[in-house]
Amino acid sequence: MSQPDLLKQPFELGFTYTRSTGPVVGRFLTGLRNREIIGNRASDGRVIVPPMEYDPVTADALDEFVPVSDEGVIVSWAWVSEPREAHPMEKPFAWAMIRLKGADVPMIHCVAAPEESAVSTGARVKARWVDEPRGYITDIACFELMGDAS
Amino acid sequence: MSDEQDVITDIETPIYLKYNFTAGLAPSRFLTQLKNGKLTGQRRAEPDAPVYVPPRGSCPASGMPTDEEVEVSDKATVQSFTIVHIPIPNNPIQPPFVVANLVADGANISFIHLMSECVNEEVRIGQRVQAVWKPEEEWDYAMDNIRYFKPIDEPDVAVDMIGKLPVTGLEE
Repeated sequence: MSQPDLLKQPFELGFTYTRSTGPVVGRFLTGLRNREIIGNRASDGRVIVPPMEYDPVTADALDEFVPVSDEGVIVSWAWVSEPREAHPMEKPFAWAMIRLKGADVPMIHCVAAPEESAVSTGARVKARWVDEPRGYITDIACFELMGDAS
Repeated sequence: MSDEQDVITDIETPIYLKYNFTAGLAPSRFLTQLKNGKLTGQRRAEPDAPVYVPPRGSCPASGMPTDEEVEVSDKATVQSFTIVHIPIPNNPIQPPFVVANLVADGANISFIHLMSECVNEEVRIGQRVQAVWKPEEEWDYAMDNIRYFKPIDEPDVAVDMIGKLPVTGLEE
């Protein structure tokens, strides 16, 4: 019995899930489709973005939705020098916790920047929307530095 | 602006896992023979050792290498089967269709393949079938060189004899 050449082949396994959003995340995503960022108000008065289904303190359902700005400041960040395929950007970028104007809790998203030294805590950023929002978090292509960091 | 009817209720969140699959020595051997239009298994080099199709390179009972190659028939017996009624995403085969565990003559374990040219309601354990091959110029390193198995006019095999038939029909 002769030894064969070892056979190799690329193989892709796909799970084509559709997920139910529920009314709260659904509201947030519906907002994104309209180029709006929507949070909701917790029992202690804080505005949480993305909105939460239940109050973090009382566990009551939260239903007071509050639009917030698509501008904010970087609260903390991490530079990705070698983006991988699943990352939202092909060139180096920053993951950042961004506190949007009108919100009290920061939201994670990516920040486009020419280089790591351009990013700083406290820098102001603004969402860049895709041309055709569909109701996904990726409707925000990225946040961009506003060039007037304090 | 959206009204209430427009509120998003679900989103598509597919996950794709990309592999480079390496078949391993024994399956590579099996697939290389399949490209030549032959179904082959392997067994330990001992009298009466069971024949595994497709081979994995070792005997699951003893852990010993299966270093003897055995050609088996493209005639087989239905060991078990299911009729699929629910469409599978991205699968071009339209339900209802039959998927069966088949034991080739000369083999001692089953493999899974499609059955066609059959009356689904008449498919049964012990039924005799034979491979319908693609045209030779389309043969590749793939089990779908065999399009499907179809019933043949031979008597059913008794349940306790399934997986114990000698190889026949290799006279060509």
